[in-house]
Amino acid sequence: MLRSPTIARRELASYFHSPIAYVAMTLFLVACGFWFRDDFQSGQPAEMRSIFNQMIFMQVLIIPLLCMGLLAQEWATGTMESMMTAPVEETDVVLGKFMGSFAFFLVLLAPTLLYVVMLRIYAQPDYGPIFSGYLGIALVGAMFVSISLFCSSLTKSQIVAAVSSSALLFLVTIVPWYASSKATLSGFWRSAVDQGVFAKYADFTKGVIDTGSLMYFVAITAVFLFLTSKVLESRRWK
Amino acid sequence: MISVSNLTKVYGQTLAVDHVSFEVAKGSIVGFLGPNGAGKSTTIRMLTCYFPPTSGTATVNGFDIFHQSLQVRENIGYLPESVPLYTEMRPDEYLDFRGRLRGLDRPTRKKRIEYVLERCWLTNVRTKLIGHLSKGYRQRVGLADSLLHNPAVLILDEPTVGLDPTQIRETRKLIRDLGGDHTVMLSTHILPEVEAVCDRAIVIASGRIVAQGSPEELRTSRRNVARVLVECRGPAKDVETALTRVSGVYSVEILPSNGQADKYVTAAVKPKESYDVREEVARTIIQNGWPLREIRLEHATLEEFFVQVVANQAVAKA
Repeated sequence: MLRSPTIARRELASYFHSPIAYVAMTLFLVACGFWFRDDFQSGQPAEMRSIFNQMIFMQVLIIPLLCMGLLAQEWATGTMESMMTAPVEETDVVLGKFMGSFAFFLVLLAPTLLYVVMLRIYAQPDYGPIFSGYLGIALVGAMFVSISLFCSSLTKSQIVAAVSSSALLFLVTIVPWYASSKATLSGFWRSAVDQGVFAKYADFTKGVIDTGSLMYFVAITAVFLFLTSKVLESRRWK
Repeated sequence: MISVSNLTKVYGQTLAVDHVSFEVAKGSIVGFLGPNGAGKSTTIRMLTCYFPPTSGTATVNGFDIFHQSLQVRENIGYLPESVPLYTEMRPDEYLDFRGRLRGLDRPTRKKRIEYVLERCWLTNVRTKLIGHLSKGYRQRVGLADSLLHNPAVLILDEPTVGLDPTQIRETRKLIRDLGGDHTVMLSTHILPEVEAVCDRAIVIASGRIVAQGSPEELRTSRRNVARVLVECRGPAKDVETALTRVSGVYSVEILPSNGQADKYVTAAVKPKESYDVREEVARTIIQNGWPLREIRLEHATLEEFFVQVVANQAVAKA
């Protein structure tokens, strides 16, 4: 555990040398800008509810791009060997990688705080839902990073990592969101759809921090981090 | 310093390393020699705790590679064969990262980084991106990293592959200088490297140790290894007969002339045991009135030994 901040720092720094990170950041901020422009009109409520929801769509797109190389590249270039032959544990590597890319996600999210400032200048926003909305976005981000990190640990190919994590995120986010609008859904499928990311996130945009939803994101994040460390250890069983 | 007993690694159906045992004494430089695919890297990866052996044990600096993996890794400096580096970093950044990873405190880290940059001739490229460095420089960055924490044991997997001749000489000199302070184990398939650098060689082929000893011992361990080469002007047949009669001579072979129009012949004379037949041979030739151009004792090279050993191994397998 001791070495994970070192690894996280290196990871965060390496994002600033990576073109894909800039592409993702630009994509995210430009898209958010357009959406915010639609909301930021006179007569509209001074809130960020719709933009938060759209941010989640963007996260499904960009987090796999940000995380695809995290471990896949280490496998491909062999740096995993120099990493794991230094006195570090698998958990150090997994936590370090996670913290590094989660930190970059926060860096990417930070410029959107400008919207809060703009709302403050032109209106009297209610800070409660904005705060809980950001907290929720961060939790969703952590969960997505953890899932993508897991996908990245399974392969040497960044493309495979990106595609598989996009598919997984799509499955837990977009599919239930789409299905939930179908009124015919009932029983098992209805409750399954209610486990989707949007359903769990909904409370946060309303300013409610529900312990259940909170635990949902934290638990999934933890499970995938655990699985990732097991994948790293698996080279010992082969 | 390194003690290996019955180390075995099985990948699926393939037996990569087969009951390998050896010892490496403190401060010595040992060459781990073998053809490609012999199991050198696999053995090294087990010693550096990248993966555990299927069976068998090994200790490095007294620590068990399976049960005390962290301590082993603290005591080893390892240069993997492919020299994996983060190409977006600069050498000093990379070394700083590796130093932190190894838990060196700031003053030690600074001091050691300066030292290894100096030692591996990297000071002039310390702020260039590793991705822009040539293979030779990258190799040195890898070497610098392995020296960073002043480890008791250095394990270098093919440290001179891909370097130009000058760099190879410099690297070998560096490795020789490191022996004594550090116990060095280097793997290679280049024989002159072992002769130039190592105190001892361990020869591995098809996952098994086939010979070990000093380069000198290995060279002389095969029978009839030395031979005397004679070049003189005379009829080939007569030269052969005359030399065969010399006492102490085991066999004479007339070597094919390399297209020379003059009448010189080259004969390879193999003596019995380690008997030096040069004087007798010279006398015989003078007595026959053949002008003598050259007479020289040729030691068997480690290369010949190696080819023999590996060929024997291949025959045994088949």
